[in-house]
Order: sequence, then C-alpha cells, then structure tokens
Amino acid sequence: MTDHDHSRTFQADHAEPTSDAARIGLALRELLIEAGHYTVEEERAVIAAMQGASPENGAKIVTRAWTDQSFRQRLLENGGAALREVGFDIAPYEFTVMENTDNIHNVIVCTLCSCYPRSLLGMSPAWYKSTVYRSRVVREPRKVLAEFGVELDEDVVVRVHDSTAELRYMVLPQRPAGTSDWPEEKLKSLVTRDSLIGTQRELLS
Amino acid sequence: MSEPWGPHDVGGRQGGPVDLSEHDTAHWEWQIDAMVRLALTKGLISDFAELRDGIEQLTQEDYESASYYERWAKALANTLVSRGVVTEDALAEKANAIRERQETEAQS
Amino acid sequence: MTAPKFATGQRVRIADRTPPMHHRVPSYAKGQVGVIERVCGMHGEPEKFIRGNGQPAQRLYRVSIPQPDLWNSYSGGNGDILEIEVFEHWLEPAA
Repeated sequence: MTDHDHSRTFQADHAEPTSDAARIGLALRELLIEAGHYTVEEERAVIAAMQGASPENGAKIVTRAWTDQSFRQRLLENGGAALREVGFDIAPYEFTVMENTDNIHNVIVCTLCSCYPRSLLGMSPAWYKSTVYRSRVVREPRKVLAEFGVELDEDVVVRVHDSTAELRYMVLPQRPAGTSDWPEEKLKSLVTRDSLIGTQRELLS
Repeated sequence: MSEPWGPHDVGGRQGGPVDLSEHDTAHWEWQIDAMVRLALTKGLISDFAELRDGIEQLTQEDYESASYYERWAKALANTLVSRGVVTEDALAEKANAIRERQETEAQS
Repeated sequence: MTAPKFATGQRVRIADRTPPMHHRVPSYAKGQVGVIERVCGMHGEPEKFIRGNGQPAQRLYRVSIPQPDLWNSYSGGNGDILEIEVFEHWLEPAA
C-alpha cells in the first residue's frame, strides 16, 4: 500500500531552464517576440488563462452529476454539450466522461504524447506525462493502479482509455456512501485531480 | 505487436516504477506552453499535429533525455526553422546570449 | 457529410501499416480486432496536416479491445478492456 497523497499540494521544483533544449525554447520565444509574432502581454494573458484552469472545474461537474441525475445522463451521453451548460467549452475536442461503478473502474492515459483536458482541469501531473506511466498503464493497469494505492477486486472490470485522437476524458468517480446530506462545497472538496484521471477510486477512506 | 515507429510510441513497451513525485510547472515551462498555443493561433504552425510530428521525429536519445517541455521546445524550434520562420543561426546566437545572461545572474 | 461506415457493436480490425508520417494509431493496437464502442464526430485527420499528405475530415470511432487479446499473459481480470480512438480509414470490418 503506498502513501501517495492524492490531495498533497505541489512540491516546489525550481527547475531552471539551463539545459540546451530549454535555452533553445527561450531563444525561440525571444526571437518570435522580437519579430512581432506575439507580444509579452499576449503571453501573459495566455498563461493567466491556463493557470486559471484546475481540477476544481472537474469537481464542480462531478458534484452536479452526483446531485442531478438528468445532468449526469446528459454528461455521459454528450459530454461537450453538458460542459457548455456549465460554462466550459473545449471544442474541437470531444469532452468524454467515463463513469465508475461498483463493477467498473476507468483510467485515462495518452500513450503517444500526454493529451489531457488541460484547459478545463489544468496541468497534467508529471507522472501522467512520463513514458513509464504511458507505457505500463495500458499493459498492466492493475499493477500501476496498486502503486497509486488503488486495489481492485477481480470482479471489477478495468477500462483503460488511451486518448489517441480528438477525445479528452474525465472520470466520473463514484459518490461515496454516507454523503447524501452533504452540502455542495463539502462534496466538491472530495474530488481530486487523481480521481478524475482514474488513479484514485475511493474518495472517502 | 507491431514495431514502435517512433520514440513516442511507448504503449506496452517499458517497465519500472512510476515516479509519483509532483512537479510544479516552472515559469519557463508556462512560457513554452504559451508559445506553442500562440504559434497555433498566429498561424506559425497550422495544427497541433505539426508539433506532435516534430516531437516524434526527435531521435530516441533526444526524446528520452528531454523533459516534456524540453521536447516541445525542441520540436517547435525544429518546425519553425524548417518553415523558415527563424534560422538555426539566430536561435544558436540567442541561446548563447541567454546562457551568458543566466551565468552572470548566477554569479551575482 | 457521409454516413458512418461502422456502427456501435460492430467488429472491426485496425489496420497494420506504418505510413511515413505522423499518425495516431499506437503500434500495440495495429492489426488488432475490437468492437466499435461508439461513433464519434468528424475531425481533420492528423495525417492531413503533415507535409500535405493525408485525408480530408474523417469519422472517428472508439474501439474496444479485450486486454487478454492485446498482451501475452495479461495479468488482470479477463473482462478488462482497452479503448482507443481510431479514424475510419484505419478500420475494416472483421468477422
């Protein structure tokens, strides 16, 4: 059993851009700005928008699906349309929600690169982008999930979704028992980034 | 199973433990991400597929030794050089200037 | 817009080819047989954008493949599945 804390805040990592590749990237940036292809202000606006996205957006959608059965139905049948109902749009990507049940556990990966609904959920975790995760979770999902602390009975079916083209995925975790009278904010606080990817199953230990 | 056709085609291939440590996105990484998005919206590249193609054409060694945003940086630079938006010389010169700037700052 | 060639529930085979350009079928899935899990929308196919080759907008599908079919000695439940998105021109009907 791992002690991987799904809610732990990010550890600061002062990765300085001192590799050749990072310097080439920053050099490219300066050349493009100098040539007028974009401005520092535009860059700032794009970064601010990216930083505004977070798993809280996913938590809001999950909580609504738990408390409104017809929304849940619409979300599962046409994720993009349901997403627009709550004020988000990730077109041209097709937002696709996969529901966990007692007998099904879903987990998301992009083996070919690291596709992830970043404009909705924020930056993907470092492990999601790693070649090890991308390599192993398709082949031995149960072992990988165990490393995240997710233990599954044999009778639970594991569905691995490889995001190979234009769909972008979110897992709809199961609502924990004993939360039927919880207010919305408390329900939202249960939903973690990892539970939306599928590397966490239980939201209440 | 078919042969992998590029360094990115990793599904089912490797082993080893997943490193679960978190990584704060550094400021320069946000800048690389923003640069890719702006390259798209400004028409410097026509589609995200071009960037992925650039990444897939990296050598195995370049791919595996680079972090996620280092791969993006390399791929976008290669793509924009081949499209004639920037030259290799200008990039090298600018990268050198950045290195000098960083080394000076490190000393101060 | 043309009608989808395949329907949900239909058995299909994923082509086993390697075009000399960016494409989005992982090698582990090439040549595999699966079932259409759902019919998705029309999208610009990635091959279109690379070096001027490729196809116009194509129908996308989700294909479901049993894990034991994909991997030697798959160590998990026999009901486990893997689902990927594949463009129409990579699919053909399977028995």
